[in-house]
Amino acid sequence: MKLHDFLIPPTFGIAPPGLVLPRRDAPPPPPVTEGRDRASTGMAHLLRPGEVDLSHGVILYLEDISVSFDGFKALNSLNLAIDAGELRCIIGPNGAGKTTMMDVITGKTRPDAGRAFFGQTIDLTRLSEPQIAHAGIGRKFQKPTVFDSHSVFENLELAMKTDKRVRRSLLATLEDATRDRIAETLRLIHLDGQADRAAGLLSHGQKQWLEIGMLLMQEPKLLLLDEPAAGMTDDETARTAELFKSLAGSHSLIVIEHDMAFIEQLGGKVTVLHEGAVLAEGDLAAVQNDQRVIEVYLGR
Amino acid sequence: MSRTPFVVRFLAATPKSGWLALGAFAALFLVLLPLLNLAVPQGSPFHVSDYAITLTGKILCYAIVAVALDLIWGYAGILSLGHGLFFALGGYAFGMYLMRSIGRDGAYKSELPDFMVFLDWKELPWYWAGSDSFLWALFLAVALPGLLAFVFGFFAFRSRIKGVYFSIITQALTFAAMLLFFRNETGFGGNNGFTDFKRILGHSVTSPEMRVVLFALSALTLMAALVLGRWLVGSKYGRVLAAIRDAESRVMFLGYNPLHYKLFIWTVSAMLCGLAGALYVPQVGIINPSEMSPANSIEIAIWVAVGGRGTLVGPVIGATLVNLSKSYFTQAFPDYWLFFLGALFVAVTLWLPDGVVGLWRRLRGSASPFEKGGREGDFAGVAKDPAVGEIPPSPPLEKGGGGGILPKGGDK
Repeated sequence: MKLHDFLIPPTFGIAPPGLVLPRRDAPPPPPVTEGRDRASTGMAHLLRPGEVDLSHGVILYLEDISVSFDGFKALNSLNLAIDAGELRCIIGPNGAGKTTMMDVITGKTRPDAGRAFFGQTIDLTRLSEPQIAHAGIGRKFQKPTVFDSHSVFENLELAMKTDKRVRRSLLATLEDATRDRIAETLRLIHLDGQADRAAGLLSHGQKQWLEIGMLLMQEPKLLLLDEPAAGMTDDETARTAELFKSLAGSHSLIVIEHDMAFIEQLGGKVTVLHEGAVLAEGDLAAVQNDQRVIEVYLGR
Repeated sequence: MSRTPFVVRFLAATPKSGWLALGAFAALFLVLLPLLNLAVPQGSPFHVSDYAITLTGKILCYAIVAVALDLIWGYAGILSLGHGLFFALGGYAFGMYLMRSIGRDGAYKSELPDFMVFLDWKELPWYWAGSDSFLWALFLAVALPGLLAFVFGFFAFRSRIKGVYFSIITQALTFAAMLLFFRNETGFGGNNGFTDFKRILGHSVTSPEMRVVLFALSALTLMAALVLGRWLVGSKYGRVLAAIRDAESRVMFLGYNPLHYKLFIWTVSAMLCGLAGALYVPQVGIINPSEMSPANSIEIAIWVAVGGRGTLVGPVIGATLVNLSKSYFTQAFPDYWLFFLGALFVAVTLWLPDGVVGLWRRLRGSASPFEKGGREGDFAGVAKDPAVGEIPPSPPLEKGGGGGILPKGGDK
C-alpha cells in the first residue's frame, strides 16, 4: 500500500494537480479507540525489539499533530506517513517545525493533540525517550552530539544495541562479536584509524559520521537525521548520500536537509513543511517548481 | 572473557600501579602508624601521638566522604551540597548503638540514654528498637542514608532536576534535617546530640587499642571505596555515567534511562557516606546536628574541588590538604579559617579547575585535554546540555556546488 492510499493530509486539497496524488477512495486511518487498545498491547512489543508491526507497509504515522509553545504553533495539524524502507527528505524554511516534528517522534516533546504511531501498534506519544529508542527509532541531532570525552570506539560501544539496564552495564564485558561489529562500523564511517581518539578532537564532518555510526550501532528501524551533511566537504556529502541510499530498503530514513544538492543525490520523495504543516510533497523537481513553495522560500 | 569470575574482574579494574599504591598505603596506615603509636614509647621522636592518630582517622573518614561525593560530582556531573546529611545519618545510626551500650554507666544510672531521662521519657521510642545490636546499627548506618537517597533521588531525577537546582534542593534537605534533629522531641538528643560514649562490643571506646582499630578500619574502608570506585568508573556503567554528564539527552536517545543510572550511583554514594559517618562518630566521640549544617556539606565539595574532580585519588588528597590546613588554621588563626576556606575555593575555581591532581598532570605534561572535556567553566556542576532541539540557527540555503531551494533559473 502506498503512502497516499493511507493518508490524505488536508493541505493536499489545495495543492496544484500533478504535484501530489490524493486518492479519495483510500481507507480511513484506524479508529482512535482501536488504536489505543492496540497501543496498550503494543507495550509488550517493547520487551522484544524488532517487533514493529509493518503489516500495512507503513512505519510511521503522524496524524493531526499539533504542538504549541506559548501560543506559537510549532506544529499545526501535521500529517505525515512514511513507508517502510522509504528514504524521505524534509525541507522547509526556519521555524517550519522540522525539529519539533523529530522531537515529537522521539518523545522529547509531547504533542498537544494528534497521534503518532510507529508501525501499526506502538503509540509514540505514550513512551519515554529511552523506550522509543528501544522500539527502534534512532535520531541524529542537528548539532552533532557525540560524547567528547569518550573515544570514538567507546562512543560506538555505548550506542550499540544491547540490554541497557544498569545491572547489565555494570557487568558488561567486551565480546569479540562486539569488537567486530564496532570495527565494521568504523570502516563504514571511515573512522577506522581514529578508534582511540577522543571524539571531541574530530572534525565537524567526522563527528557527523561518528553520530551516524552510533545510529547504525543502535540498529534502528527508522532513522531520523537532522541535517546530517552540514559541515561536510562535498566529497563527504557524496559519500554520506551513498551510505543513506544503501541503508534505504532495509531501514526507513527521514532526512531533514537544506542542501538541495544533497537531497538531489538522495533522490527520495521530498516533503515541504511550512508553518507546522505539510505544504507540498513529491519528487524534488516537482516541489521546486511549486509556486507556493517558491513563495514561501522567497517571501512575499 | 565473560567467564572470568566477577571477583577477578572487580579487582582487575584497579591497575597494577593502583594496587602498588594501595599496598604502600596499607603498609603505612595498617602497620607503621599503629605500631609507632602503640609500640614506640611516648618520649621517642618516632612516637605518633594519640592526637595524630585521631586526627588522621578523622581525615580518613572525610576522605571516604570526598570519594563518595566525587563519584557523583566528578563522574556523573551531579553536585550535591547535602552529603553531610548522609554522613551524619550514618553517624547517628551508629551513635544510637553507642548510646545504648553505655548501659547504666550514664549520669542518671538509667537503662535509657541520659537525654531521654532528662526529657522524662519512660521508654525508648519505637525507632530505637534493636539499637542495642551492633550489627543492626551497622546495617542502619548504611541502609538509612541509602534509603533516603534513593527516595529523594528518585523524585529529583525523575523530575529531571539538574545543576544548581539540584544542588540547592540537597542543601535545603540537609538544612531541614538539621532543624529536625535540633528538636529534643525528635529523640536524638537535640542540639547536644550523642556523646560520652563508653564502649563498642564490650571494649572501651577510649582505649588506645580501640583507637587504632577504628583508625585501621577507616583506612581499610577508604581503600575498599577506592577499589569499588575504580571498578564502577571503569565499567561500561561508568562510561554511560560520564556520557550522561556530558550529554544527557543524547544518552536517552541511545536507549539508556538516565534516572536509573543516576539513582544507582547516588544511592551508592550516600551509603558510603553513611559508613564513613559510622566510623567517624566513635573516633571523635560526639555527633550532633551541626554535622548536618549546610556549611559542612559545602566544605565536602571544596575538598573534592581542591583535590580534583573526576579522579579518584583527588578527593583523598583534597580532604587531607584542606583538613590539615584547617586544624593548623583553627589553632593559629581561629578567626580567619572561614576566610581562608572561601579564598581557597575562589582560587581553585579560578586557577585550578581540575584541582591539585589536574595541576600535577599539567606540570607533568600528561594532561589529556579531554579529561576535562566539556566540564571546564561549569564549576557549579551545571552540565551544559548540548543544544539539542534548540531553535535551529539560520541554515545556509546554499552550500558548495548545490543550488538553493529553487532550481537553477527557477525564477523564470
